[in-house]
Amino acid sequence: MNLLIDARQLSKTFVLHQQGGLALPVLSDVSLQVAAGECVALTGPSGAGKSTLLKALYANYLVASGSIRIRHQQQWVDMATAQAHEIAAVRRHTMGYVSQFLRVIPRVSALDIVAEPLLEWGYSAQEAQQQAGAWLARLNIGERLWSLPPATFSGGEQQRVNIARGMIAPRPILLLDEPTASLDAANRAVVISLMREARQRGAALVGIFHDEDTRDAVASRIFQVPLAHAGHA
Amino acid sequence: MSQPVLSVSGLAKDYGNGQGCFDIDFELYAGEVLCIVGESGSGKSTLLSTLAGRLRADSGSVRFCDRDGRQHELTELAEAERRRLARSEWGFVTQHARDGLRMGVSAGANVSERLMALGQRHYGQLRETAAQWLEKVEISRERLDDRPSAFSGGMQQRLQIARNLVTQPRLVFMDEPTGGLDVSVQARFLDLLRRLVHDSGIAVIMVTHDLGVARLLAQRTLVMQRGRVVEAGLTDQILDDPQHPYSQLLVSSILQA
Repeated sequence: MNLLIDARQLSKTFVLHQQGGLALPVLSDVSLQVAAGECVALTGPSGAGKSTLLKALYANYLVASGSIRIRHQQQWVDMATAQAHEIAAVRRHTMGYVSQFLRVIPRVSALDIVAEPLLEWGYSAQEAQQQAGAWLARLNIGERLWSLPPATFSGGEQQRVNIARGMIAPRPILLLDEPTASLDAANRAVVISLMREARQRGAALVGIFHDEDTRDAVASRIFQVPLAHAGHA
Repeated sequence: MSQPVLSVSGLAKDYGNGQGCFDIDFELYAGEVLCIVGESGSGKSTLLSTLAGRLRADSGSVRFCDRDGRQHELTELAEAERRRLARSEWGFVTQHARDGLRMGVSAGANVSERLMALGQRHYGQLRETAAQWLEKVEISRERLDDRPSAFSGGMQQRLQIARNLVTQPRLVFMDEPTGGLDVSVQARFLDLLRRLVHDSGIAVIMVTHDLGVARLLAQRTLVMQRGRVVEAGLTDQILDDPQHPYSQLLVSSILQA
């Protein structure tokens, strides 16, 4: 088995200093291993820590304890202890994140937003733009929109731009937070095919999919995020 | 990974009344943008000026690695050598463009000055390089002979960028560069800066009070309070999962547009 994610004994407690130091345990002692070609769907009741776990894997949230080893260019990098520039390198080359919300510089066109990860991989501007166009077309973003900044796009269009940007570079690991949340059936089907194709090329996927049909269509395994017990900080 | 452009350890500048900056440690690599955030009076600008050698450090070390791989200890540098590095290896973009530009000479002369200081003399070439840089920062080359006083605030700020980047420095310091710009000009400035960082691999240290700017541009952020770094890390981690009480206060105080 070709392991790409090896997270062990993760614990995370939010301490809200504005609320008198209120401590909210969200993860306690969570371990998750994911191999190449797998798609793991995180499940559990709302507030169980699915999103927190996903963000912890990406080092967007800090864990209080545990290790998050990521297979990065033939080496293991522990995201829980890595330096900022090492985490940046892992994110650039190895681990992508598709969130529900697009956050970009206001004036940049949709095409450039999608092409950017490929430029960081060293593709020429022409090749990157060509591929970006192909991704946008596949996700049903009409060519007349490509040169426009997505700020004025509909929620579903923005999410599809976000998916194209998050998936265009063939990174070995993809983290997906509700990638189909605001999409219609036709576009959901496109995103499902894209996720399956990523698995076929050997990527490891970890995602939160509220929609059961999507989950059944892409997930190879369910991981129930265990409820955190109070007092474990 | 190659060695850092800048390694800072134990840096302090003490104004004597508790003001200044203390115990500063960080490293900065080529192609990285680091934002320093915090309220007014938290020591952000003092830190920036101390790093750039504009203020004399009271203790600690700032090691700069130049383009030939030579290390320079900036806190012990002679003034002449500091000026040479400042011209060839660094840029410094001030909050008010008027402080960073020479208002009495043309836009072209503003851009060419550093090139001439490095020994370039060919008039036609200087003029062409200056015109190209004006276009890079989206100012028409027809404005080459106009003085900056005839430019809008946003254009002056972009001219200041061109003036600083023309010698392709390794490291650029910026003190609230978007402070006085209206939002549409700010968006243009951010886009420009992002492209310049990407294309030339420069490292940037930027003081800002705008966390939105930090999120869009900076991989890393330092949060300062009362002269000390209270939290340091990836920008998105600090904004989405702030740990220190002051960072939490700062993040929870952002206006949602």
